[in-house]
Amino acid sequence: MYYDAVIIGAGITGTMLAKDLSRYDLHVALLDKENDIANETTMANSAIVHTGYDPEDGTLKAELNVKGCRLYPQLCKDLDCLHKTVGAWIAAVGEEEEKHLDILADRAQRRDIPYAWLSGDEARELEPNLGDNVTKVLSFPTTAIIYPWEVAIACTEVAVNNGTELYLNTCVDHIEKTTYGYTVRAGEKTFETKTVIDAAGIFADEIAKMVTEDPGFEIRPRKGEYYVLDHDVEYTKHIIFPVPSDKGKGVLAVPTVHGNTLLGPNSDYVHGTVDTGSTVQGLDYVRENIKKTMKNVPYSHAIRTFAGLRPSSSSPDFIIRDCEDAPGFILAASIESPGLASAPAVSLYIIDLLKKYLSLKEKDGAVMTRKAQPVMKNLSVEERNEYIRRNPKYGHIVCRCEQISEGEIIDSLKGPCGATTIKGVKKRVRPGMGRCQGGFCEPLVLNILARELHKSPQEILLDGLHSGILEKENR
Amino acid sequence: MSERKELICVNCPMGCRVTVELERKEVLSVTGNSCPRGREYAIQECIQPMRILTSTVRIEGAGARVLPVITEEAIPLEKMDEAMEEIRNVTVHAPVQIGTVILDNLAGTGVKLTASRSMH
Amino acid sequence: MRKYQAVIIGGGSAGLAAAVTMKQNGIDDILVIEKDREPGGILQQCIHNGFGLQTFKEQLSGPAYAERFIDQAEELGVKILLNTMVTHLSKDRVIEYVNPEEGCVQIQADAVILAVGCYERSRGALAIPGERPAGVFTAGQAQRYLNIEGYLVGKKVFILGSGDIGLIMARRMTLEGAKVYGVAELMPYSNGLPRNIQQCLNDFNIPLYLSHTVTHIYGKDRLERIELSAVDENRKPIPGSEQYFDVDTLLLSVGLIPENHLAEEAGVKLDPRTKGPVVDEDYMTNVEGIFSCGNGLHVHDLVDFVTLQAQRAAAGAVRYLKEGQKTKPSVKAEPGNGIGYVVPAVIHPGEVSGTKEFFFRIKAPVDKAVVKAVCGGRVIRQRNRTKMVPSEMERITLTEKELNELDGDLVIEMEEIL
Repeated sequence: MYYDAVIIGAGITGTMLAKDLSRYDLHVALLDKENDIANETTMANSAIVHTGYDPEDGTLKAELNVKGCRLYPQLCKDLDCLHKTVGAWIAAVGEEEEKHLDILADRAQRRDIPYAWLSGDEARELEPNLGDNVTKVLSFPTTAIIYPWEVAIACTEVAVNNGTELYLNTCVDHIEKTTYGYTVRAGEKTFETKTVIDAAGIFADEIAKMVTEDPGFEIRPRKGEYYVLDHDVEYTKHIIFPVPSDKGKGVLAVPTVHGNTLLGPNSDYVHGTVDTGSTVQGLDYVRENIKKTMKNVPYSHAIRTFAGLRPSSSSPDFIIRDCEDAPGFILAASIESPGLASAPAVSLYIIDLLKKYLSLKEKDGAVMTRKAQPVMKNLSVEERNEYIRRNPKYGHIVCRCEQISEGEIIDSLKGPCGATTIKGVKKRVRPGMGRCQGGFCEPLVLNILARELHKSPQEILLDGLHSGILEKENR
Repeated sequence: MSERKELICVNCPMGCRVTVELERKEVLSVTGNSCPRGREYAIQECIQPMRILTSTVRIEGAGARVLPVITEEAIPLEKMDEAMEEIRNVTVHAPVQIGTVILDNLAGTGVKLTASRSMH
Repeated sequence: MRKYQAVIIGGGSAGLAAAVTMKQNGIDDILVIEKDREPGGILQQCIHNGFGLQTFKEQLSGPAYAERFIDQAEELGVKILLNTMVTHLSKDRVIEYVNPEEGCVQIQADAVILAVGCYERSRGALAIPGERPAGVFTAGQAQRYLNIEGYLVGKKVFILGSGDIGLIMARRMTLEGAKVYGVAELMPYSNGLPRNIQQCLNDFNIPLYLSHTVTHIYGKDRLERIELSAVDENRKPIPGSEQYFDVDTLLLSVGLIPENHLAEEAGVKLDPRTKGPVVDEDYMTNVEGIFSCGNGLHVHDLVDFVTLQAQRAAAGAVRYLKEGQKTKPSVKAEPGNGIGYVVPAVIHPGEVSGTKEFFFRIKAPVDKAVVKAVCGGRVIRQRNRTKMVPSEMERITLTEKELNELDGDLVIEMEEIL
């Protein structure tokens, strides 16, 4: 099969690009090694659309973050995705840190990013859990939160509906240069393509090494660990940052689009790129450092911890360029924070680079929007009853904690990148995201998956291809 | 030479800690029990431990795949594996009433295995 | 809006007992709302025996115990809505529920009895470090897969937490051919009933690791290995004490949490010690007409006590429906020395009818002790007790007269006899 472009990695960068390329008359394949899209870095991060005050002048990060975040409101409308403008606060403790706020405010001014000042007391008035030592707050009211993998899933749906081919469980192991472009091999599968876009996240350097001896960078993943608090406590309305340091953005308190709170992350370089486990030290670090800006953390409402890997690298900036001595092989590497916020702009930037190799002609009939499936919990009683009348399964609540119906779970299995696993369902419609963490609903979800996918219960997976849940039929 | 055995009575959730004094397998005394059944339990425990067995059997024609079952009386602990083997090979058909005998003589113990709920 | 005299939320052991008692006391217009496809609640998956010794003087399995109440409820004509989830509850007792047949419906009740049960603490709440593979289950989840669905979840098993469900599952999975490598308990004593240590672990030579916990989980797709560490007196892992078990399954039996999100929505005050509502001697919460019982009130180790308290709550609701709210000032029932919590925690002296049991748990195991009910330095009642453990709920009973004569807070306390 001949392709114009093969995108390696179906995270936020790869899926956004796939969506944007799908408006053109091109033959595109989107590859991911995992059993679902958005399963690595896009799955585990702070879910913030930063406004772009933080990156240093002259960097790609600064340019693409400022552009990217401005594209999100319309993008989320087009894709029918959650996008809440909650505002971010940078909380300074003492004069030294307050000086640093001035630098950020100056950058915001020059980049045309709205900001405002609050005294410590004014801020505590609005956020009672803000730490007592906080003396001054720099507020960025346009900072937003999204549901990152919802956006990635929506992008993939648009792309696939417009003709993009999605290949999961496709781990690229060889890339050969050809006269035409490249042959990308993943086990048994081969893809002949004019161009390759390396959006492989924490594996971007390994992929690049398949076409060049020295890609000029090395991925050094940094792990970030988080606590998740239940949505029965509104711990903070704003995203609360400490003053950033050379170590990163620090430990934050972040409201999520579903009303939970994230506390984290720490930032530890990891050895070996696959370790996404959480650690005692990491979680201790979060607990210790959140105290700098916040108080009264209700850990009794913690329902989960998770860890994610940022695809940081030897470069302090994003690496988005042609790979040297490999024309048509585009690197989209080192997309660490603010990678999520920048994604829509990163995608357009890559498309600019691709213009050298591909003729981009808009095709007829490409649909760049999609409609999200209905969420019963958010509907009025009348609307909900209308759904239930048409399909009684919308009236059968499977997940008590998040109030998710059987009908919604079945919906999540449909479409061009529907869920096939327990985690896939959880990512799309959230059963198991609540306080019981699937204790009650997982067996029910498993049965629905088996029934709808015409599989036996033992064949149903938690996530990856070897993550079976049930050992055997007992009788 | 007498020997002391510390046991936990499993007859009821009180879980009395019972002490048995034995001489050449002969029970001399039982202390710590709160009722006569505790004494019986302790003596039996020194001869041959006996337990109620609960499990499930395959059921067809019901909404569920398995039916819970229980032995009418305790059976020797050492017979558990044999009993489970027999239970594994049983299939019943709905409807089943609670108390219905599923196996008459479980693992040669003479004890009945019965349905521990009704299923339609 | 349809009105009921009483609506009982939850059709498990507590809800069924409450419904039966209300019917028997002449309250006819009642409705039980159950989320599952059949009544009985968690008892349906507890196929082991040991239920009903106090209530029926028999050793029943969980399903058999449930069936007695289901039959009784049916005979009395109790209306039970199945496959129905209550989604909202307001302080004026408007209930919103949803089911496939009727959709979203609002009803109002003169009295509401919350009998919603509890849920298991998850790995997330424990924050066990490591990967997130398949093969980590709560004990109750594995129990459901095995006893209701008919599937074994793994072959090589380790269990964290010595709660009763974990112990019961150790035996159950062993009998089904799995190898259970051990049970780890963070505390220096077991959290399960002593009889379950004997018949579920000792009978099958399954080791119990006291003062130990799981400190790491390994395996990308399916669980491959766990790290077990000894803990010091502050429950912190001791470096160098690590042992490893190559298992495909880890069951968590690390505590149950009363489910009270509906209660909180209605403004019901919770006791941070039980995580259930603060109730008075009639099991009424601080919100008029809303009652609580069962594992949603506080976590029980015996279903017989669930039944008993549900019957008391139902009797309290009947009294409320007939006589209205109590008007005299109340006093508290508080835990004193060595006691973790007391239920019920509010008493209305002068308006108490009948004897009342006060249920409590001690904080740490004690060999010999005297338990006292004290009011203003005056010992009202005392009992000598031996071998008390936190896993076994204790009770002390006070007469109507004693309770009506209280002139201050009642304190339940314990003094160790050395």
